[in-house]
Amino acid sequence: MQPFTAVTGPAAPFLEPNVNTDVIIRIERLTGVPREDLGRYAFEALRHGQEGDSAFILDTPTFRGAPILIAGRNFGCGSSREGAVWALMGLGVRTVVAESFGDIFFNNCFQNGVLPVVLPKDAVDRLAAEATGGAGLTVDLVAGEVRAPSGAVVPFTVDPQRRQALLEGLDEIGVTLTRADEIAAWQARDRAARPWIWAAA
Amino acid sequence: MARTLLDRLWDAHVVADLGDGWSLLHVDRHLLHDLSGTAGLDALAARGLPVRNPELAFATADHAVSSAPGRTGESYAPGAPLWAGLRARAAEAGLHYFELGQVGQGIVHVMGPELGITLPGVSLICGDSHTCTHGGLGALAFGVGSSELTHALATQTLRQKKPKNLRVRFEGAMGRGIAPKDLILHLIGRLGADAGTGYAIEYAGSAIRGLGIAGRMTVCNLSIELGAKIGFVAPDDTTFAYVEGRRFAPKGADFERAVAHWRSLASDADAAFDREVVIDVAAVTPTVTWGTSPEHAIAIDAAIPDPRAAPDAERREAWRAALDYMGLEPGRPLAGTPVDWVFIGSCTNSRIEDLREAAALARGRHVAPGVTAWVVPGSERVKRDAEAEGLDRVFREAGFAWREPGCSLCVAANGERVPPGARSVSTSNRNFVGRQGPGARTHLASPAMAVAAAVTGAITDARRI
Ligand code: SF4
Repeated sequence: MQPFTAVTGPAAPFLEPNVNTDVIIRIERLTGVPREDLGRYAFEALRHGQEGDSAFILDTPTFRGAPILIAGRNFGCGSSREGAVWALMGLGVRTVVAESFGDIFFNNCFQNGVLPVVLPKDAVDRLAAEATGGAGLTVDLVAGEVRAPSGAVVPFTVDPQRRQALLEGLDEIGVTLTRADEIAAWQARDRAARPWIWAAA
Repeated sequence: MARTLLDRLWDAHVVADLGDGWSLLHVDRHLLHDLSGTAGLDALAARGLPVRNPELAFATADHAVSSAPGRTGESYAPGAPLWAGLRARAAEAGLHYFELGQVGQGIVHVMGPELGITLPGVSLICGDSHTCTHGGLGALAFGVGSSELTHALATQTLRQKKPKNLRVRFEGAMGRGIAPKDLILHLIGRLGADAGTGYAIEYAGSAIRGLGIAGRMTVCNLSIELGAKIGFVAPDDTTFAYVEGRRFAPKGADFERAVAHWRSLASDADAAFDREVVIDVAAVTPTVTWGTSPEHAIAIDAAIPDPRAAPDAERREAWRAALDYMGLEPGRPLAGTPVDWVFIGSCTNSRIEDLREAAALARGRHVAPGVTAWVVPGSERVKRDAEAEGLDRVFREAGFAWREPGCSLCVAANGERVPPGARSVSTSNRNFVGRQGPGARTHLASPAMAVAAAVTGAITDARRI
């Protein structure tokens, strides 16, 4: 996984609530399009024109390639498709700031080195207002703060284990595999306690 | 200390305490489908890792396969490599695999319970957000993304943080013609699409106790539309009777022993919840969505909401955009809106109980001119049972298409789409922009309401026909 420490750049304000992962990437794109190319199809339903002349915020000259997305409440709700995160990454997004996130999308972000930052609504609105003209923000995971051009500093917290994993670009599978013996011991006990789990013919 | 059902389900699967509230949780059952499952198995193979416990993994194709009569895994060409890949990977790894045309094939959330793969008290995952459906049997079930799915294949565990606990009590007696779908759409309409974010939901109360397993699964299925990735009902005698005799369910003395354990799976009377909501079900009417989020749910006799009356600016904008997409005018009655398509299917409402309910209403009636109406059974088992009962004939005679099991029009990842601008009444769970196809306009409703729409050609209160 790609590590995340800090990112500076334009922050696209896109404050619609309940933006679901179907809208971020259509499921059909996940059957044929390679992961690296998904950015082209991100938010397809909202980009009425072709790429380049669409009015969608991430297609405007100011925000094309913006590494920061300031999103509305419950961003990434709905389907578990991790392709939604890949599609955002394909657009160049490294971090999303919002009041809240869909639970599965939130997990999927951390799995890919994308930082979801949860802030209260007034802080999100304030940052969005500052970012509107294209002035760059900094989202700093090391310091645990968002810095705005006005000098405003908005602190945020990230779960300590998630934070560490992002900073290091940790491979979770590798880490868990070091506990293989513990898992085997648990399963051996479980076979005796709940034989029906293991009897599946 | 008093414990909740969530505490009991969670603690029973903790392999290791990872600190800061994190647990390494054992995965008892892993379901894989053609979209996420194939990708996960590929990712694992790319890392050169084996599936740790293939005996606990169960695979079938549902999302990207055609539901056309006579279909094969290749009928929908873009899905063919996923179907073939799942089959090949499953054989390689020695997973349980159910082929098209075999009992066991179907929407993962329909086939798991019906085969007894899903049991009370198991931890069950799938690379699919509607995995919460399995909570209807008292399982700790949730959806995961590709990375977590691969982690589970490699280690049979997941690193998880315990969610907060919300209890929703549906109390009282359901009125005539009210379906489980109405209960849950009503709840989402009341609380909003993010009310459950960060929570596991326990559904309780007399109305839930009175539901069969299919109805409980319908309720749990939409937990994710409330924002909660986990939803469940404490198992009881209804659950044990449902499970007994199913193919992968425990047998004989094992079953008795399991039931004794399953009886302990309940919240203590004095257990505390982070949040509790009580719904008086006597006040629930048939409920239909008008917009593009499941929270846009209203009673069938209500008017289409006016953005000017929205509680805040954010919702005013969202309502406006939704009305624009849906081609609806605020203030007018939703009932009477003409429809073009009707879909009865999906992991929400494609079980035999749903099809019986739909067929009872369709019998002797006919789909209105200009309406295309499909019935897509949730699984091969459901299809065969329905055909044995003659339900397929009832539907066909009424002008519905009777198709092969799969996700079909719920997700439009299989070449099956509602055309742009067409209006659909669907028994599925998502009315998102473009969900049933680019530009498609979806209204979520119960099976009875879907039949009512099909035979009248408009959104109609099923109690009136
Ligand atoms: S029926 Fe629809 S919601 Fe259910 S698993 Fe299939 S695509 Fe997902």
